[in-house]
Amino acid sequence: MNPTMLRVSDVWKSFGQESVLRGISVDVTEHEVVVLIGASGSGKSTLLRCINGLETVDAGSIVLDNDLDVTAFRTDLDAVRRRVGIVFQSYNLFPHMTVLKNITLGQRKVLGRSSAEAQERGRQLLARFGLEDKADEYPDRLSGGQQQRVAIVRAVAMSPEMLLFDEITSALDPLLVGEVLEAVRELKEEGMTIVMATHEMGFARDVADRVCFLDAGVVLEQGPPQEVLRDPTERRTRDFLARILG
Amino acid sequence: MTEPGGDTVAAARAGSTPYVDPARVRYRKRKSLRDAAIGMISLIVTATVVTVVIVRTPGWSAVQETFFSPEAFAESFPGLLDAFWLNIRIFLIAEPLILIVGLTVALVRRLRSPIFLPLRIVATVYVDIFRGVPTLLVILLLGFGVPALQLQGAPDDVLVWGVVALVLSYGAYVAEVFRAGIDSVHPSQQMAARSLGLTSWQTNRYVVLPQAVRNVTPPLLNDFISLQKDTALVSVLGPIELLRRAQIDASFTFNYTPYVAAAALFIALTIPMSRFTDWVQARQRRRRGAGTDS
Ligand SMILES: Nc1ncnc2c1ncn2[C@@H]1O[C@H](COP(=O)(O)OP(=O)(O)OP(=O)(O)O)[C@@H](O)[C@H]1O
Ligand SMILES: [Mg+2]
Repeated sequence: MNPTMLRVSDVWKSFGQESVLRGISVDVTEHEVVVLIGASGSGKSTLLRCINGLETVDAGSIVLDNDLDVTAFRTDLDAVRRRVGIVFQSYNLFPHMTVLKNITLGQRKVLGRSSAEAQERGRQLLARFGLEDKADEYPDRLSGGQQQRVAIVRAVAMSPEMLLFDEITSALDPLLVGEVLEAVRELKEEGMTIVMATHEMGFARDVADRVCFLDAGVVLEQGPPQEVLRDPTERRTRDFLARILG
Repeated sequence: MTEPGGDTVAAARAGSTPYVDPARVRYRKRKSLRDAAIGMISLIVTATVVTVVIVRTPGWSAVQETFFSPEAFAESFPGLLDAFWLNIRIFLIAEPLILIVGLTVALVRRLRSPIFLPLRIVATVYVDIFRGVPTLLVILLLGFGVPALQLQGAPDDVLVWGVVALVLSYGAYVAEVFRAGIDSVHPSQQMAARSLGLTSWQTNRYVVLPQAVRNVTPPLLNDFISLQKDTALVSVLGPIELLRRAQIDASFTFNYTPYVAAAALFIALTIPMSRFTDWVQARQRRRRGAGTDS
C-alpha cells in the first residue's frame, strides 16, 4: 500500500449562509487518481481550492504528506502551492507572455531555477505533450485544447507532488476534449498523484483508481469506478448517474 | 473549362491558395483608384470654397492683420520658441515623476496587510484632495505659499513648486487610471499566479501590472497630452514660458498673432502624441481581434 499523500478530514466550508462542504473527508494515496463527481454546486471546485489553499476552510484539516497542514492558522500557503499544482476550467494562461514564458515564470521565480534550466524543462514538457512548435506563440493564438495542455504543462513544470484538475475539459469544444484527457492519462502513467473533478464519466471509468460522489457537502459514496459508476449502492448516486448519462 | 482564369481556379481548388475572379480584381482596383480621386477632388474643392468665402468676408483683412500678421509673427517667433523650451522641460521633468507617483499610490491602495492601513488612508485622502482641487489653485497655493514660509532648505524657485504642483495634481489622476487598469485584469489571473506559488508581490510585478499598464496606455497618453498644455499654467507664478511670452508680446504690439503662434506650437507638440495614441489604440484593437476565443 502506497503512503497517504493527502488527508482531508472533516472539512467544513460555507460562503455566507450557504454551507458548501459539510464535514467532508477524503484520503488520497501516492500515485492514485481520484475523480470527484457530483451535481453542479456540490462543492467539487470548493474542495479542490481548499486543498490548494486558494480558499481557507472553516473547520477540519487538510494535511499533505503527513507533514504540511494546509489548514493550520499560520501555514505558508506558498509552500503548499509549490507542492500542489492546480489547473482550472478556464485555462488562465498569462496572455501577455509566450507559451514558454508562461511555463518558465514559476520555475524561475518560485523554484529559483536558472532561465536555461527552466527553458530546457519547459521545452521538454511541451514536446512530450505535442506542443513543441508552440513555445514562442502567444496563448490567444492557440486552440482551447492547446491552451489547456499548456496550462497542464505549466503546472507540471513546477514538479508538484500532486495535481488538482478542476473540470479542465468543460470549456472545450467536444472535438478537443480527447487531447486534454490524453495528457492526463499520460501523467497518470508516469505515476502522478491526481485529484480531478470532471463530468467525463467515460474517462473516469477508464482512468480513475477511485471515484468519489459528492453530495450535500460530503462524500456520499466512493470506490473503484466499476462499482460506483456501474452499480452504486446509494440512491442519490444512481439518480445523478442516470441524469448525467442521459 | 473555357472561362479565363480556369487554370487558376483549378490550381486553387487543388491547393490551399485563395482564388478571386480576375474581373473582380480589376473592378476592385478601379474602384479604389476612383475613391481616392473623388476624395482628393472633394477636398480641394471644399478647401478652395472655404478659403474664398473667408477671404471675401468683410473684415477679413482686419482679422488677418490682428491674428495672422506675418511681420508680428516673424518678430515674436524666435522668442516664443525659446520660451516653449521651458514648457517642454517642465513636461519632461513632470511626466516621469507623475508616473512614479501615480503607480506608487495605485499600488499602496491595493496593499491588504493591516500594518499598511495608515499608508492606504494617506493614499486615498491624497487622491480625493488633489482630484478635487483645480490644478491652477494647487499651483498658486504651492508656488506662492511655500516660498512665503521661508522654510530652511526648501527651494525658493517658484518653478520647482510649479512642477511639484503639476506632479501632485496629475499624480492623483494617473493613480486612478492605474487603479482602473489593475482592476481590469481578471481575478482569475491572480489566482493562476498564486496557485503557481508566486508571492503577492511577484504576482503584481509579473502578471497583473504588465497587463494593467497595457490596458491603460491610451488613457495615460491622453493625460500626457493634457499635461503638455497645462505646463502653461505655471506661468501664473511668473516664469516666462510660451503662453506668458505670447501675452507679453501681444500686449506690447496690440497684435494677437503671438497667441496664434503659441497655439500652433502647442498643437505641434500634441499632434504627434495624438497620432501615437491612435496608433497604440489601433494596435491593441488588432491584438484583441486576433484572439480566438474557444
Ligand atoms: N467564492 C464564492 N463565493 C460565494 N459562493 C461560492 C463561492 N465559490 C463557490 N460558491 C458556491 O458554493 C457552491 C459550490 O460551488 P462549487 O463551485 O464548489 O461547486 P461544483 O461542485 O464545483 O459545481 P460545478 O460542477 O458547477 O463546477 C455553489 O453554490 C457556489 O455558488
Ligand atoms: Mg466546479
